[in-house]
Amino acid sequence: MNPALTALTCGRVLRQLRGDPRTIGLLLVVPCVLIGLLAWIYNGTRVFDAVGPALLGVFPFVVMFLVTSIATLRERTTGTLERLLTTPLGKADFMFGYALAFGVIAVLQGTVAVSFAVWVCGLDVKGPVWMLVVVAVADAILGTSLGLLASGFARTEFQAVQLMPAIVLPQFFLCGLLVSRDALPPVLGWLSNLMPLSYAVDAMHAVSSTTDPGVEVVRNLGIIIGFTVAALVLGSLTLRRRTP
Amino acid sequence: MADVVVHDEVVVDHLRVDRGGRTVLSDITTTIPAGQVVGLLGPSGSGKSTLIRAIVGVQVVARGTVTVFGQPAGSVGLRGRVGYMTQSPSVYEDLTVAANVRYFAAVVGASRSDADRALQRVDLTAYRDTLVRHLSGGQRSRASLACVIVGEPDILVLDEPTVGLDPVLRRDLWALFHALADGGRCVLVSSHVMDEATRCDRLLLLHEGRILADATPEGLLTRAGAPDPESAFLALIDAAEVAANDGGPHRRPGGPFFRRGRQ
Repeated sequence: MNPALTALTCGRVLRQLRGDPRTIGLLLVVPCVLIGLLAWIYNGTRVFDAVGPALLGVFPFVVMFLVTSIATLRERTTGTLERLLTTPLGKADFMFGYALAFGVIAVLQGTVAVSFAVWVCGLDVKGPVWMLVVVAVADAILGTSLGLLASGFARTEFQAVQLMPAIVLPQFFLCGLLVSRDALPPVLGWLSNLMPLSYAVDAMHAVSSTTDPGVEVVRNLGIIIGFTVAALVLGSLTLRRRTP
Repeated sequence: MADVVVHDEVVVDHLRVDRGGRTVLSDITTTIPAGQVVGLLGPSGSGKSTLIRAIVGVQVVARGTVTVFGQPAGSVGLRGRVGYMTQSPSVYEDLTVAANVRYFAAVVGASRSDADRALQRVDLTAYRDTLVRHLSGGQRSRASLACVIVGEPDILVLDEPTVGLDPVLRRDLWALFHALADGGRCVLVSSHVMDEATRCDRLLLLHEGRILADATPEGLLTRAGAPDPESAFLALIDAAEVAANDGGPHRRPGGPFFRRGRQ
């Protein structure tokens, strides 16, 4: 891996996104609309305070997973990836370049979504609000890295789109949002422990329900970052330079 | 340029490639020297792109080897020395022409001024700030070419770079290819338009995954006794097919006895 080539690729991906304001708009507005909708549905109850923080972790994860898997598939189908693989650019430079670029977008998205949830929808958070942003950004980068890994197994757009429910929905069901993780049947609880999104939701819960969540957040963030790096490394290992 | 020393920079040795359960290239052996524009001609589906992909090292190979500058094709040491232009223009649609060329320039360590010069050489300076999405097919393909020549690679492997271009641009690009070859580079250009044969120093005629002829344009016409490359190619294909039909089952080397006897 070469930091200069990684930064170069990150800059190129950001430049591509900058030329597409509608996508940036959707990335920033859609989570807010969904959070607003939920706050409205649960108006007058405590439910929004319970599920809101978890959703702040789930939305960026899902959105970034989708956006990334489509973006890399596009690199494959247009031949730009094939061309890049004949240049000094390493496979890890490609992967980490994408992760960094979408990480930058995630900072924007996380800040906007968390601010909207807390100050517009009145989400009740006991811990520091900035920690919600940090966890949201980590989730988004996790989604990006899993999207990069998954797109290696998709040959067509149809396959890529279906990988989203296949990989994201089980994590969504088991992350503690629908049923608290310790109330799950033992096998499912065990599966839930293997899934990175569970730790994201744990971290969000820690921030929203305790006044001093530092240790808990750092522990969960560490696990999320571990999953992210593993997915990126695995993704660059499974990216084939030679294809049939 | 009589004093240009001709080396075999690319050596293809008994290459066989299978794709989707079919043999696309069967037993290709050839060399490509520096200092020449070598044309890889053949109809669509003859295996041109597959041979090109094998030379740049992105093709899974069933048998045989491709060696570039003494190293296996696709080796780390070759990246940056080999310029590859894919058949469909592989540039980013949502970036401007200049942003594309600058990105590919930076990846191979070339500068912004190199990028400007590459744009000039493909005659796209007027479109530098245009998004690739808004370009015509021929302009996209030139943008893609600019992304290859910007790094001044030692070997240029170009898959159908002149398709869809008007005659003036085609002439200019062939002049560019010759200028690059005269500078001591290895230039391999594929095309399915037989008229382009006359613009090459040497021709490799590919048909159904085999090299039908390896000759100079003049040599090809003489050998086939034809007035133009297209009729020469047709004559050679007809001759090959007649041989295939008349020769019976033992005609082609590659039957069980031959294969066992070969190295």
